Amino acid sequence: MFNHCADPSLVDGLSWWSCYLTTGKHINFYQSFLVVFALLLLTVPIILAFGFAGALARRSRMLPVRWFGLGYTSMVRGIPDIIFFLFVPIAMDQGIEYLRHQWKCSDWLEPVRQGNDFVVCTAAKMPLGISPQWVHETYGFLLATLAFAIVFGAFAANTLHGALGAVPKAQLETAAAFGMSRGQIFRRIHLPQMWAYALPGLSNLWMILIKATPLLFLLGVEDIVYWARELGGTKTARFAYPHPDWRLGYFLVLLVFYLGLTWVSEKFFNNLTRRVSKGQTTIGGTV
Amino acid sequence: MKLTTLLTTAALATGIASASMADAIRMGTEGAYPPYNFVNDAGEVDGFEREVGDALCERAELECTWVTNDWDSIIPNLVSGNYDTIIAGMSITDERDEVIDFTSEYFPPDPSTYVALAGYDGDLSGAVVAAQTSTIQASYIASSGATLVEFATPEETVAAVRNGEADAVLADDAFLADIVNASNGELAFTGEPVSIGGGIGMGIRESDTELKDKMNAAIASIKADGTLTALIAKWFDGRMVKY
Repeated sequence: MFNHCADPSLVDGLSWWSCYLTTGKHINFYQSFLVVFALLLLTVPIILAFGFAGALARRSRMLPVRWFGLGYTSMVRGIPDIIFFLFVPIAMDQGIEYLRHQWKCSDWLEPVRQGNDFVVCTAAKMPLGISPQWVHETYGFLLATLAFAIVFGAFAANTLHGALGAVPKAQLETAAAFGMSRGQIFRRIHLPQMWAYALPGLSNLWMILIKATPLLFLLGVEDIVYWARELGGTKTARFAYPHPDWRLGYFLVLLVFYLGLTWVSEKFFNNLTRRVSKGQTTIGGTV
Repeated sequence: MKLTTLLTTAALATGIASASMADAIRMGTEGAYPPYNFVNDAGEVDGFEREVGDALCERAELECTWVTNDWDSIIPNLVSGNYDTIIAGMSITDERDEVIDFTSEYFPPDPSTYVALAGYDGDLSGAVVAAQTSTIQASYIASSGATLVEFATPEETVAAVRNGEADAVLADDAFLADIVNASNGELAFTGEPVSIGGGIGMGIRESDTELKDKMNAAIASIKADGTLTALIAKWFDGRMVKY
């Protein structure tokens, strides 16, 4: 990046650091912080959508829909996250490739599973083998996002389901007495009041989501943990910037980053809780 | 070159699965085992296997993309089709050969060596020895009577010796030589080298015989004209291997 970095063996002290911290690998490290933010921003709407769908399904008047909602929440909540994170991307990937295979290569006679191998025709590969690397990475990232959304959506569904049930019945009965339709009662009375009860649970979920982002690393996405481990590892003389095992330092940076992120989030949720509970008949609403 | 790109683009645009699509393959490596393979300061895959792989792709007229994958899941991800080859210092063993296929070797059988803190002179057969998970070294220690502690990355196996969790680490000689040299006398080779495993070959899906044949031909070609001998000498301190 800087001109004086052309020959790393000649620099030392501060200029060594200025060169070291701007290597291509470090730039990748800095960019991977964006991956974490992208994951958070992308998953939250999907989590809320899944959460609402799950909560409403559990309150549905149709028994099969209710079963579906209950099945979704209890299945995801009852299975360890890590197993789900490992299962969903592989299953999704092979499922998508299998469907594309059926669609694009229907004349293919060989079985898809040959011994240990999962083989689909070249045109059914997802993404295609010739796609540039960033397409592969984005695809992997999106599968990971979906896994996060499914898991956290189930928790959100449970929280929202509980919050919907916590709104005092008298409120809804009064609304009905005013002649509101079911839809109006839900939109104008039930939903706005629900937030006061849902927020503590949802903010908790957000914190857990932040802390779960390093699971991306487990799914092969090159996130901050991946680069911290990679950069921190011992660098022998084969590298331009040799150094001993510095993983402790790099992980310390991550520690501070996560602590900062959760601290800011907590402030934000405290404010939000105060706002939505104004005028509520809860303890939070009376202060 | 331009023409192939044009043709590939045309094939893509019209959605025709032509032969040119098969000419792009993905090379899977670990990227954490210098000098075999590592991610250099620019963030790119580098090392002996990078140069061998690029040479092979050129001979076989394939367009290769390099991807890194954790050692733990490197075989499952090959089998499920995330990439098309494993080129990651993987010794050819019967156990692995049941799951995937190997090309002929591009690196001869190499003895594994023990490294411990300088001055260690304990009995290695009863010691606590660190090795990377699912390596030939790990299975050797497990059957040798010594206590095995496994780690996911080569880095952690060495760190375990440094912080006293293990008495010694067993790994490929070339990887440990760099570490010992860089440790300023803190670490040293100990005990006798052990000969385990066959040579290093490229892992390929069993169903992918076409690619295996192409790569075998390419390996024979770089062996015949001395390219491989020169690359081994370059990355392994002037070691001479005759093919």
